[in-house]
Amino acid sequence: MAFLEAVRLALQTLRAQKLKSGFSLIGVFIGVAFFIGAWSITNGINVYMTEKFAGTIIGVNTFHLRRRPNFTPNVSDSMWRAWARRPRITFGDAEAVAAGLTVPVLSAWQSSDNVTIEANGKQVRDADVTGATERYFEIKNLPIAQGRAFSAQEARSGVPVVVIGSEVADKLFAGRDPIGKSVRIGGKPYRVIGVVEPQGKLFGFSLDRFAVAPALSPVQDLVNPPGVVDALIVKAGSVAQMRDAMAEAEGIMRSRRHLRPRQDNNFVLETSEGVLEFWGGIQRILFVFGPALVSISLVVGGIVIMNIMLMAVAERTREIGLRKSLGARRRDIMRQFLAESVTLAGLGGALGVVTGVLLTFALKAVSPLPTTLSGVSIVLGLMLGGLTGIVAGVYPASRAARLDPIVALRQE
Amino acid sequence: MSLAQQFRTGDTPLPDIIILTHKLARAYDMGGEVVRALRGVSLQIRRNEYVAIMGPSGSGKSTLMNLIGCLDTPTGGEYWLNGQKVSDLGDDALARIRNKEIGFVFQTFNLLPRATALHNVELPLIYAGLGAKERRAQAAQALERVGLGDRMEHRPNELSGGQRQRVAIARALVNDPSILLADEPTGNLDSATSGEIMEVFGALHRQGQTVVMVTHEHDIAAHAARVVTLRDGLVATDQRQAA
Ligand SMILES: Nc1ncnc2c1ncn2[C@@H]1O[C@H](COP(=O)(O)OP(=O)(O)OP(=O)(O)O)[C@@H](O)[C@H]1O
Ligand SMILES: [Mg+2]
Repeated sequence: MAFLEAVRLALQTLRAQKLKSGFSLIGVFIGVAFFIGAWSITNGINVYMTEKFAGTIIGVNTFHLRRRPNFTPNVSDSMWRAWARRPRITFGDAEAVAAGLTVPVLSAWQSSDNVTIEANGKQVRDADVTGATERYFEIKNLPIAQGRAFSAQEARSGVPVVVIGSEVADKLFAGRDPIGKSVRIGGKPYRVIGVVEPQGKLFGFSLDRFAVAPALSPVQDLVNPPGVVDALIVKAGSVAQMRDAMAEAEGIMRSRRHLRPRQDNNFVLETSEGVLEFWGGIQRILFVFGPALVSISLVVGGIVIMNIMLMAVAERTREIGLRKSLGARRRDIMRQFLAESVTLAGLGGALGVVTGVLLTFALKAVSPLPTTLSGVSIVLGLMLGGLTGIVAGVYPASRAARLDPIVALRQE
Repeated sequence: MSLAQQFRTGDTPLPDIIILTHKLARAYDMGGEVVRALRGVSLQIRRNEYVAIMGPSGSGKSTLMNLIGCLDTPTGGEYWLNGQKVSDLGDDALARIRNKEIGFVFQTFNLLPRATALHNVELPLIYAGLGAKERRAQAAQALERVGLGDRMEHRPNELSGGQRQRVAIARALVNDPSILLADEPTGNLDSATSGEIMEVFGALHRQGQTVVMVTHEHDIAAHAARVVTLRDGLVATDQRQAA
């Protein structure tokens, strides 16, 4: 008996027992749907973390010279206290490192705080206000949509000018041209010279609520004590160049701080690796729990299917006896029941794939996660479903195949 | 009266002997106690014979039919079918023989309740490996032979008892078997319907079909040309009679 014939027979039987079959699909259905969904989400978060999150917080091929790490999940109290005792990064440190690097890089100072910006009687609260040097826009990849960025000269002389994010522009100027207008930051007036292109959102937070003013402008008083920066940010052309630049920066800082060889750094050179390591940790958890959940639902699904099939074999003992009496060999009966359980599980798997795909698109539509569907996950999901069917079907099918035709026929 | 060659172990049956059993035995081990359902049945049936097997309940009629039908294997003796010794064949080989050589009609019809008459008749052809088109054509032909050409798409519960048994007969015939076996084919039917079924059997016999059937009723056995009686697992009488 051909396999297609067996599948056709299986579909006939399933159609005749819709409710029972439907019930038996659930386990595999959930398992496969979850598998596809989890795969898409992990994929999406991965893209998000590597491209957007890490890129936005630190930047590609970029390192930050700081007193302590900025991105710090799970830090002990004693660690915090140790960090708080470290000396700050001074203008002198930043200048010395920037001047001392031989690798071709871009570098900028950065100091930020959350401050309210006002204009025309309107306010943007808790905007991300940064004092920076002129390369900041280039390093952070912030293209100017309107007006211009400030120059090196403006950065050094501390002219009170400001480049604002698109949300700040919209909120304060409501469609009117902000260039040349005045805004107040920390009570002091600044002239708007540029607006940055909209940057979108990250985890639901706007990336356009910010303002950047020259490092030596009055904004310095808002964000840091005199002569101190949060970070010197350095962007290289490649990972290798970034590593070289980091080594040089470390040497310069250690000698400036007079650290002996055995002493630890009392500053950090932070890269996006830290962020990605954090994500890697989450991913490792997902990689343990995801497959565990998928396997649990598939095992449960398999057990349900096995039971349904055992019931079917018991119910259809006479039919099996009859088929054998008409010339069905063991392998014919085996194939018939295997086809039935694979069809069951395959149907569950197919429904799971459809649901998983829908889930992927739904998540993409309503959440910030760029969930991405992968063909591999669909193929694997279907294979997992089918495999569950085979594994679950073998025992009931072999029981059916081994039935003695006379005993089977005699059964009521 | 000698209906048969003198057969000894090691012999081969004559060519026109389609069924030969030699000291055929079947014992059931019932947890220590052995039930000897057949105790050495020697029987020879020629091509195109019409044989009725009779005997009291428990005498071993069904046991013998199951052995002849290759549904069961003997615990002693020999069984030759159509020149082939089948008493020591394995499971799959027996399945082949059931499929090609034997048409079995049961007392309880044994039709698949959810399948149409046509599909029921097609079943043996599925296991013979025929394609769908050919199957359908042959099954339709077999249904026409038993007078059910107009009931092909009916399910068993839409048919009368006699019609169901005729579907079962069509299914038994569809593979063009060497022998048609029937274990009390009229046991579940009223006498009028039984008569119809006997007419079908008679017609098949006249067309050259070898028929062996088990029955309790003398007027059913009267349709056969030869009556074999079993008693306590042995052949008691074996007589030809005028049809
Ligand atoms: N599977 C079995 N296990 C044990 N004993 C069996 C089995 N099948 C048949 N027997 C025994 O073998 C003997 C013959 O049984 P069989 O069914 O062949 O009788 P029968 O002549 O067909 O009777 P009936 O006319 O009632 O159908 C009986 O004693 C029966 O109890
Ligand atoms: Mg019987």
